Amino acid sequence: MKKYLKEIGGGFYSLMLGMRVTLAQFFKPTVTVHYPHESLKMTPRFRGHIELVRDPKTGQAMCFACKVCEKACPSDCIIVEGVKKEGEKRKSVTEFKLDFTKCSLCGSCVEACKSNAIQFSKAYNMVSMNKEDFIMNLFQKLESERSADGQATATPPPEQPKSEVP
Amino acid sequence: MSLSELLRMLVYVVGVMAFVGLNAAYLVLAERKGAGRFQRRPGPTEVGYAGWLQPVADGVKLLCKQLIVPPGADAALFRLAPLLVMIPAMMSLAVIPFSETLVGRNINVGLVFVFAFGAINVMAVMLSGWASRNKYAIISAARVVSQDVAYEIPMLLVVITMLMATGTMNLHEIVQQQAGWFWHWNLFRLDLNPLMPVTFIIFFTCMLAETNRAPFDMAEAESELVAGAFTEYAGMGFGVFFMAEYANIVVGCAMTTLLFLGGWQSPFGVGSGVIWFLLKMYAVVFTVIWVRWTFPRTQFYNLLNLSWKILIPLSLFTLILTAVMMKVLRA
Amino acid sequence: MSAPEVIPASDKPCETFVLNVGPQHPATHGVLRLKLTMDGEYIMRAEPVCGYIHRMHEKMGENRTWAQFLPNTGRIDYLAAMAYNHAYVAAVERAAKIAVPPRAEYIRVITTELNRISSHLVWFGAFLLDLGGFTPLLYAFDDREQILDMLEAVTGSRLTYCYYRFGGVCNDVDADFIRGCRDFVARLRPRLKMYRTLVTDNIILRKRLEGIGFISQEMCRKYGATGPVIRGSGVAYDVRKIEPYSVYREFDFDIPTFPEGDCMARYLVRMEEMAQSLRIIEQAVDKLPDGPVLSSGVPRVLKPPAGDYCFAVEAARGRFLVRIVSDNKEIPYRVRLRTPCFSNLSLFEEATAGMMLPDALAVLGSLDLVIPDIDR
Ligand code: SF4
Ligand code: SF4
Repeated sequence: MKKYLKEIGGGFYSLMLGMRVTLAQFFKPTVTVHYPHESLKMTPRFRGHIELVRDPKTGQAMCFACKVCEKACPSDCIIVEGVKKEGEKRKSVTEFKLDFTKCSLCGSCVEACKSNAIQFSKAYNMVSMNKEDFIMNLFQKLESERSADGQATATPPPEQPKSEVP
Repeated sequence: MSLSELLRMLVYVVGVMAFVGLNAAYLVLAERKGAGRFQRRPGPTEVGYAGWLQPVADGVKLLCKQLIVPPGADAALFRLAPLLVMIPAMMSLAVIPFSETLVGRNINVGLVFVFAFGAINVMAVMLSGWASRNKYAIISAARVVSQDVAYEIPMLLVVITMLMATGTMNLHEIVQQQAGWFWHWNLFRLDLNPLMPVTFIIFFTCMLAETNRAPFDMAEAESELVAGAFTEYAGMGFGVFFMAEYANIVVGCAMTTLLFLGGWQSPFGVGSGVIWFLLKMYAVVFTVIWVRWTFPRTQFYNLLNLSWKILIPLSLFTLILTAVMMKVLRA
Repeated sequence: MSAPEVIPASDKPCETFVLNVGPQHPATHGVLRLKLTMDGEYIMRAEPVCGYIHRMHEKMGENRTWAQFLPNTGRIDYLAAMAYNHAYVAAVERAAKIAVPPRAEYIRVITTELNRISSHLVWFGAFLLDLGGFTPLLYAFDDREQILDMLEAVTGSRLTYCYYRFGGVCNDVDADFIRGCRDFVARLRPRLKMYRTLVTDNIILRKRLEGIGFISQEMCRKYGATGPVIRGSGVAYDVRKIEPYSVYREFDFDIPTFPEGDCMARYLVRMEEMAQSLRIIEQAVDKLPDGPVLSSGVPRVLKPPAGDYCFAVEAARGRFLVRIVSDNKEIPYRVRLRTPCFSNLSLFEEATAGMMLPDALAVLGSLDLVIPDIDR
């Protein structure tokens, strides 16, 4: 009988303690971030899709189409082509395609590239109803950015589809 | 029947329906907001100012959905069940006095009336489970019946205790007896029965179980039975069950307030009125939400053990104790 | 108040029905299907059906270079990717005889332990969700978020990490990370106490878990169950202690075991493990040596000498073993993954015979299954 009552009392007490914990949490401020209205700061190591880096001096792509990244990619989603232009030591890239539908964002390509010619972009909210939108022609994008930069600095380079980077 | 009587009826029918509807809608919001706060998040915020139109959006969404009757289901019962679960809650509100004057029908057997209608609720859930022709739903229906049988008993034993203590089945009179300061409320009437707070807790627990609320939500048990008896309901069929759950909570909390917390009586002896009733009732509702978001669900046999091994003996004991006390005190 | 006696199943021929739990069911947390033969609410036979998300990781390993398989390892048990990274990387290191700088080993330990805590926190929340308590899930996720933020800052990803490299780790940790670790240890300790009051001591939970789902030591041995499951049956089997790898030998930590073998024991093991992981992190952060984090002696084209190599680690759910067979080529001849969840799931049928449905789901939750880990 005593044990029985003790069990009831102890059980009830444990329930009350639990209720006290949640009530204490009730009056504390919320911890959530309201995503579309506010977003977290992105870490510098964030891995978005890859993009080509431009040489700050010449404005050209740094990539010289050595195809190391193409080989390093476990998902076979990079296609690089390049030609050797007259009077230049190295090849220069003419085509750089990324099939983002297959990319696992592993980062092997960026690590493999010894000339730091590719980097991760910060675009993360990319939406499309179209699969083709994610087969990105990175070289073309770089070229259009370059020409936009060259013509007038007033017009900003075309952004990624619906990307907003805080 | 005079015209004014008819008018009065009409006003009350509309009033009760509006009350139930509004409560059901906004208790869902309150529940979600409350749950949010307990979990350190703000709850719905997007629809309307701070999410105030969320219930409207939910309702519109549910109304837009097709009401699917699964093949092989008993279509008539399947459609009837949501109605059956909603109606008793509305009926009960007709006899619940909100204040001295604000009551649909002040009948002498109000107490019995409410519990009688409360019992229909179970049948409706069982019917929905049976008619759905879904294994999860049937398991849930079987659970609901045995759960409610187990919890009706201690609940009614408590009600009998109260009945003996107050000597009336008229809810209006029960509240009137609790007039004065808050120590005149039945909850603190230790002279009637020194175990009154225990009785209150038993009643509250049974109320949770009767309304299928966590931690006794065997009927829904979403992580075990998907959605239990409501698995096959889509659109407003589900919506009605959802609303009925809250309507039943309102009735349950109103009964708790009337029986133990002095109904519309102010705790300080002055300024009694409907406001106090609503304040107390929503305080109890808040506790119900608070309990839900604190505890895990009980297991089925634990629930029955709790009823048969703890609540029933305890409530029997309080019943006998009250009887003895009354005999001794009156003698 | 205890679990009722198991009703004898074979006494009389009774009408049974088959209940399909899953592949889409709230309690299976993934695409696992349980085919339950039920007698009322009692389970006569529970048959797990897996393979819904089989992705052929082992076969993929035979088709890509040693380094290219690395991202795959983070996607087997997505909740505890670090340990899986570790096992594979260490197996290849063993094969190719690559030395790992001490700083890298310490970083590996810290990140693996952080990941173990985050994995246990997810389990804690999800388990409580199975039991019908929603709030602890969000508290646990709040804590886990701190870990994910920290790990994201060093690894660049939040869940499917691919952080370790042959011969070290790919990025060095910074002072922020170290401070973050210290803060986190200080933060989680009181939170664990709070979980204790809110959940562990709760009478409803105790009644639901104590004495439910008994798994004996023999059963664990028979099915090869490891991790918290076997420790919940009272066997102090932990790869970190039994065959210490990396720098685990240098830390002072305990292997929590509970002899009861029921769901509560497994629950307590995991809760206690979080506290132990905190201890390891604390020590590792204090002892963290300076130096490089990536060995310079890794050949660009890796061709481990022919042979058969194994490496086992203690992942969050038990013993994870990678066996690689090399024939001195750029591509592995065979990659075999021994995942803990598969063995842990296999005892489910025996453990749940004659049980009620909610209890069986509690057992399922206490095994802490990650479905991709079963199917891999
Ligand atoms: S991130 Fe990985 S998968 Fe994506 S393109 Fe680079 S190497 Fe390929
Ligand atoms: S991105 Fe780098 S690795 Fe890839 S082709 Fe260009 S230079 Fe070579």
